[in-house]
Amino acid sequence: MSTVKLTVNGKAVAVDVEDRTLLVQLLRDHLNLTGTHVGCDTSQCGACVVHMDGRAVKSCTMLAGQADGASITTIEGIAKGDELHPMQAAFRDNHGLQCGYCTPGMIMSAIDIVQRHGGQLDEATVRHELEGNICRCTGYHNIVKAVLDAAGRMKVAQAAE
Amino acid sequence: MGVEGIGARVVRKEDKRFITGKGRYVDDIKLTGMTHAYFIRSPHAHAKVKGIDSSAALKMPGVVAVLTGKQLVDDKVGNLICGWAITSKDGSPMKMGAWPAMAPETVRFVGQAVAVVIAESKNLARDAAEVVVVDYEELPAVADMHAAIKAGAPQLHPEAPGNQVYDWVIGDESATDAAFAKAANVVKLDVTNNRLAPNAMEPRAAIADYDAAEEHFTLYTTSQNPHVARLVLSAFYNIAPEHKLRVIAPDVGGGFGSKIFIYPEEMVALWASKKVGRPVKWTGDRTEAFLTDAHGRDHITHAEMAFDANNKIIGLKVKTYANFGAYMSLFSSSVPTYLYATLLSGQYNIPAIHAEVIGVYTNTTPVDAYRGAGRPEASYLIERLMETAARQLNVDPAQLRRTNFITQFPHQTPVIMAYDTGDFNASLDAAMKAIDYAGFPARKAKAKADGKLRGIGVSCYIEACGIAPSKAVGSLGAGVGLWESAEVRVNPVGTIEILTGSHSHGQGHETTFCQLVAERLGVPISQVSIVHGDTDKVQFGMGTYGSRSAAVGLTAILKAMEKMESKAKKIAAHALEASEGDIVIENGEFKVAGTDKAIAFPMVALAAYTAHNLPDGMEPGLKESAFYDPTNFTFPAGAYICELEVDPGTGKTSFVNFVAADDFGRLINPMIVEGQVHGGLVQGIGQALLEHAIYDANGQPVTASFMDYAMPRADDVPSFNLSHTTTLCPGNPLGIKGCGEAGAIGASAAVINAITDAIGKNNLEMPATPDRVWRTIHAA
Repeated sequence: MSTVKLTVNGKAVAVDVEDRTLLVQLLRDHLNLTGTHVGCDTSQCGACVVHMDGRAVKSCTMLAGQADGASITTIEGIAKGDELHPMQAAFRDNHGLQCGYCTPGMIMSAIDIVQRHGGQLDEATVRHELEGNICRCTGYHNIVKAVLDAAGRMKVAQAAE
Repeated sequence: MGVEGIGARVVRKEDKRFITGKGRYVDDIKLTGMTHAYFIRSPHAHAKVKGIDSSAALKMPGVVAVLTGKQLVDDKVGNLICGWAITSKDGSPMKMGAWPAMAPETVRFVGQAVAVVIAESKNLARDAAEVVVVDYEELPAVADMHAAIKAGAPQLHPEAPGNQVYDWVIGDESATDAAFAKAANVVKLDVTNNRLAPNAMEPRAAIADYDAAEEHFTLYTTSQNPHVARLVLSAFYNIAPEHKLRVIAPDVGGGFGSKIFIYPEEMVALWASKKVGRPVKWTGDRTEAFLTDAHGRDHITHAEMAFDANNKIIGLKVKTYANFGAYMSLFSSSVPTYLYATLLSGQYNIPAIHAEVIGVYTNTTPVDAYRGAGRPEASYLIERLMETAARQLNVDPAQLRRTNFITQFPHQTPVIMAYDTGDFNASLDAAMKAIDYAGFPARKAKAKADGKLRGIGVSCYIEACGIAPSKAVGSLGAGVGLWESAEVRVNPVGTIEILTGSHSHGQGHETTFCQLVAERLGVPISQVSIVHGDTDKVQFGMGTYGSRSAAVGLTAILKAMEKMESKAKKIAAHALEASEGDIVIENGEFKVAGTDKAIAFPMVALAAYTAHNLPDGMEPGLKESAFYDPTNFTFPAGAYICELEVDPGTGKTSFVNFVAADDFGRLINPMIVEGQVHGGLVQGIGQALLEHAIYDANGQPVTASFMDYAMPRADDVPSFNLSHTTTLCPGNPLGIKGCGEAGAIGASAAVINAITDAIGKNNLEMPATPDRVWRTIHAA
């Protein structure tokens, strides 16, 4: 057993876990943050994507101990109270989700994509960058639309800040 | 149409919980005292289980129990059933081998469970499973269908000699032979419809909770049809009588057919929960999904189509071998028969059809309904045949289709189905216009100058949805009726709860079903909630599959709404001192037509419950229910055209354009309908280009993770150009046909027709990987 100390969605936590505990298990089983999902166990599908120190990571493929000292943001931590993150709003407005299972990971990856590419996004880039997130419902059409829409919204929001 | 009524692009009510991480899937649920199950699964495709030694495992930390298939059989838990009886051409019933939820003696596919460890955590259960020793005696296995039916092949079940489940026929053989005898041209084609893994993103899961004091079970499960699960668990598996078993399917992360069936894992979880006296949770991982979720498709077919001198089809002969895997899954028997061969007429006037389907056991994962279920296999076959025929007869493929389209409705095909309505020329026109079909030769020439092979492929699909008229399917062997139920509960303050037996696992029922209420009453959808997925809340229902939720489920809601409105009108007329016949419902008010007298809907609701001033003899309350049984299937149809380029140096395919023109009848929410089409198209494209569940000759699965099985990813597929043509379905009052499976049914033929057009060779199997395309281009 080890104590992992980390910040999750802005809150400092210390969790005693078995050494083999994965980050996703810490989030789901110990902190009850069940918005982060497991879809494949092999780092392929991206349902488990969270942000670690501002970068998208697959939480099913790292040990909780590797996140010691880090700041983790999950799907539960990106809205400001009742105000959705622009990416969340864009997924809803563009019907970028159906069953919702891949959605948290998609949104967390998509925010990372927009942050890395800024205003330089086009459809081909979004499709290439979403390679590590699998959706079985939407055929990606509306997810791609949502990411491009959100890129515009995030730019506007940034300019306003 | 109001802003939230029928036809409006209303954003989904359910989205807020999904985009904020507040969805509630089975694995998100924790019960007090919950234990965790880990299954011990066979590594062999065929073996005798000679013994199981769990003594070391029982000493491992946190282990509560190790339970085996023998104990399960001793406790008289029933074998898994197949719910649709098929009769062979010789009159004999289909031949089914027994399928216990955990194998007591013989395993017949890799991944079949033989025992389960129950422990305090999943990790501890998994640790203990590693020290359980199962003594297997390997037996010869067979995974290939043709090998399985050869003399001397390893035999799976004593009940099914020659590994044959049935040899079933449909249509008029002598009329078909006569047509071929006078044919001017005969077109022949061999096709394989590749085996697919459904891969809903949420792996299956179950939590079983036995209450010893009440002798009552609760099951949380990833199901598309919780009431069917309860029925089967009660009536056939001896788990508990229905009133002592509550089945809850909360948020479910996709189904595509694979979550229709009642699987061994939830049966074992229920049984184990009673045995250990604590809740038991099982959550599958992705490899378990590949090994145990029912697969889809897997046909090998030879077909011949006869034409007269005017290029009119005069006959069709089909012989199909369908792989069922090692056991007959719940609806498996109906898929390659009544859901496949009944659609072999396609969109065409074919006077004589004869089809034979041979169902085969192999040492592979069971095969059952997967998005489209039989209809994609039929559509793929017919549309490949039409394209092959156009090339052989040297006519334009679109024109050959037009020459043979059914244009008069209703149309009785020679294979049971009676198409009610359609306009196949309209959808083909729309698709050809959208893709600029006429301009294709110039685009092909330009691509050639750039060193690329460009092709165009048409696919005109038809499907039978709105499953299903109970009497009709009963006469064909179905073990259940396929109606739907609904209940409309108006609360005293005028808010409305709609209880439905349909289940949403991505389809958006919580929005579209509210839109019907908004349309009829003029109340905002925020005042309406949809209740589904819990057998304690909704009395009964048949669930969601076969593109049935709108055509059947929503119609049931409409019927219940009509009853509720009728009573509400009486109450309003009484309050307004008017005649019931003069009451109209507008914008949330009951009005006396032609006057300014009105009473708001919430006041009518309140009056129904205060019961201070109701018409004489009227019961208080405002709650009505209805069961709706459709009179026919519905027949969504459309035309898909794919334009793509092949790089002759690598065999890689790149999409240029993909257009879809669908006729789904009336659309409730076009945004959601388009989403259904997008998803279906990508599953069809996935089948055509990427996906294939592969076994080696000994039955070892080669594709059991996302590292090996090529799921379509965002950069594998294009954006789509969708349009709709409309003929209203005459079979239900809303005119709805259903849209959930169309994309998966029509897309794969369009892609393969386009690639074979591009490379100028007709024989190309799915998935058309770059390697396979390159080899086909360069084959002698």
